Amino acid sequence: MEQAIQPGMQPVATTFFFYLLSGLTLLSGVFVITRKNPVHSALALIFGLLAQAGLYLMLYAPFVAGVQIILYAGGIMVLFLFVIMLVNLERSQREERFNKQWVVGLVAAVALGVLFVVVYVKGKALFPYRIAQPLENSNTQQIGVMLYGQYMFAFEIASLLLLVAIIGAVVMAKKRI
Amino acid sequence: MLDYITSYLSSNTTPGQAGNVFWALVYIMIVFGGISVAVMAMNWLERKALAHFQIRLGPMRVGPHGLLQPIADAIKLMTKEDIIPAEADKFVFWIAPLIILCASFAIYIVVPFGPTHAITDLNIGILFMLGVSSLSVLGVVMAGWASNSHYPLIGALRSSAQMVSYEVAMGLAVVSAIVMTSLHGLGPYGVGVGTSGTGTLSMIGIVQAQQEQHVWFLFKFFPLGFIAFGIFAIAMVAETNRAPFDLPEAESELTAGFHTEYSGLRWSLFMLGEYAAMIAVSSIAVTLWLGGWYRPFPNTLTGDTWDLVFSLFPGLTFLALAAIAFVGVRRMPKHPYFRVQTIGLAGFGAVLGLIGLILFVPPVRDRIQDIYWFIAKVAGFMYLYIWYRATFPRYRFDQLMKVGWKVLLPIGIGVLILTAILGVVL
Repeated sequence: MEQAIQPGMQPVATTFFFYLLSGLTLLSGVFVITRKNPVHSALALIFGLLAQAGLYLMLYAPFVAGVQIILYAGGIMVLFLFVIMLVNLERSQREERFNKQWVVGLVAAVALGVLFVVVYVKGKALFPYRIAQPLENSNTQQIGVMLYGQYMFAFEIASLLLLVAIIGAVVMAKKRI
Repeated sequence: MLDYITSYLSSNTTPGQAGNVFWALVYIMIVFGGISVAVMAMNWLERKALAHFQIRLGPMRVGPHGLLQPIADAIKLMTKEDIIPAEADKFVFWIAPLIILCASFAIYIVVPFGPTHAITDLNIGILFMLGVSSLSVLGVVMAGWASNSHYPLIGALRSSAQMVSYEVAMGLAVVSAIVMTSLHGLGPYGVGVGTSGTGTLSMIGIVQAQQEQHVWFLFKFFPLGFIAFGIFAIAMVAETNRAPFDLPEAESELTAGFHTEYSGLRWSLFMLGEYAAMIAVSSIAVTLWLGGWYRPFPNTLTGDTWDLVFSLFPGLTFLALAAIAFVGVRRMPKHPYFRVQTIGLAGFGAVLGLIGLILFVPPVRDRIQDIYWFIAKVAGFMYLYIWYRATFPRYRFDQLMKVGWKVLLPIGIGVLILTAILGVVL
């Protein structure tokens, strides 16, 4: 019984799916910024984020993948509504897409490219090669224990921040409470 | 190769966990086919039951008692002209029904029809189900926007507001059930399913937790489980855009809401997605509160005799259906015009009876039981959907929002807090 030792799901055709999902992420990322229609951009964004969720699954982090799907499905939904209700689609179709900041863009692109090359060349020394521990079967449980045990304080502070945001939104939206 | 196929049969896990691609594909095929057939049956049953609620006959022409009506409908929809409005956004219009369909069917990856009868058992099962089912609202909004028409757009905006509101209440109800998985009534670190007293999100794990605690979560901490289940049962009707919460497609105000401009095969994809989503959320409710695949009364009616009695239920159900079919044969008009239909109905009854007899054979009986009880519970929910639709008038939109935010949400939070407190104290 090997399954008793490692009961998690065994990945199938890892390389293929890695390149498929990364390709999908990159492609939809490009679409997000090049599409003239903001609705298409939002659509490309959700495809990219879903592909990313697939990558998280491959990294044995199902909880992160699930949260990614739930949060971004709702988030993109709101983005969609903003686009429909606030953006003047017909005007934005005719407007120019990119402003002409070639110098800044070039510098940023070169810097990022150099970073990529450095990581690619020296990556093996910088990041020790390690196979991810397939904690798939207790991934969620461990995140829960961590959040509510070791990182309780940080977690509570984060939720306080969210509460402030909610109260702020209510105060701004409703003048007379 | 053959060894690879047969080796799964001796293992005791789902195909996804065993990592067996062949059996995973077989399960996916079976589930996909089964859901499609169930949607067709549901379509017929809904029209028939609604008709009887309203003292009509419903479909009677195609096949005996309109039994072949769904097939006729499917052929009609497939051969119908497929219209895309001239000013529509072609790509988004094209992809919207596919998104709804994929989202609805992807949920079934983790639905546990039995301890080993699921495509796979994800560690994040219920989270995955909620996430993927919330993707379908994207399809609705895309369809409404891409149609470039007023009614669909209003329907889509209504749908998004409604789904976002009820998802919150639904999530709270689900969380209070998940909290129950970690509690044994033994204090904060009682014997949970996972390690260190934490609960589980896996669908199979949730059902097993109910078995270990010898209680359906519906009856746990008596009114609390019940209230949480009630919140979920209301929210799930709103999530699937069904009556009395079918404002996105309120035909008296918006013709057909977000799919007004759709026709033919694309429209049928929307219908397929809607019914598949209904079955999916019902199976979430069954898994979380009604003990999943376990038979009723596992605590009070124990022993070999009762096990035997309950294992006869699948066969008896099919025999009862066959009996109904034969009663229908008897009551058919004795006119040559109806001869073909009478013979057809008798044949259908004979097939049902034969299936019932096969289900009495001991090896089949033992294997089919889990699946039978799961499907029977889900079928109860499907009937409730029809019942709601025939009974309740449609809500007004402000009433809908009021119920979601001012009634369900506070009650949900209260139930969650009380469940957590009771779990720690008791």
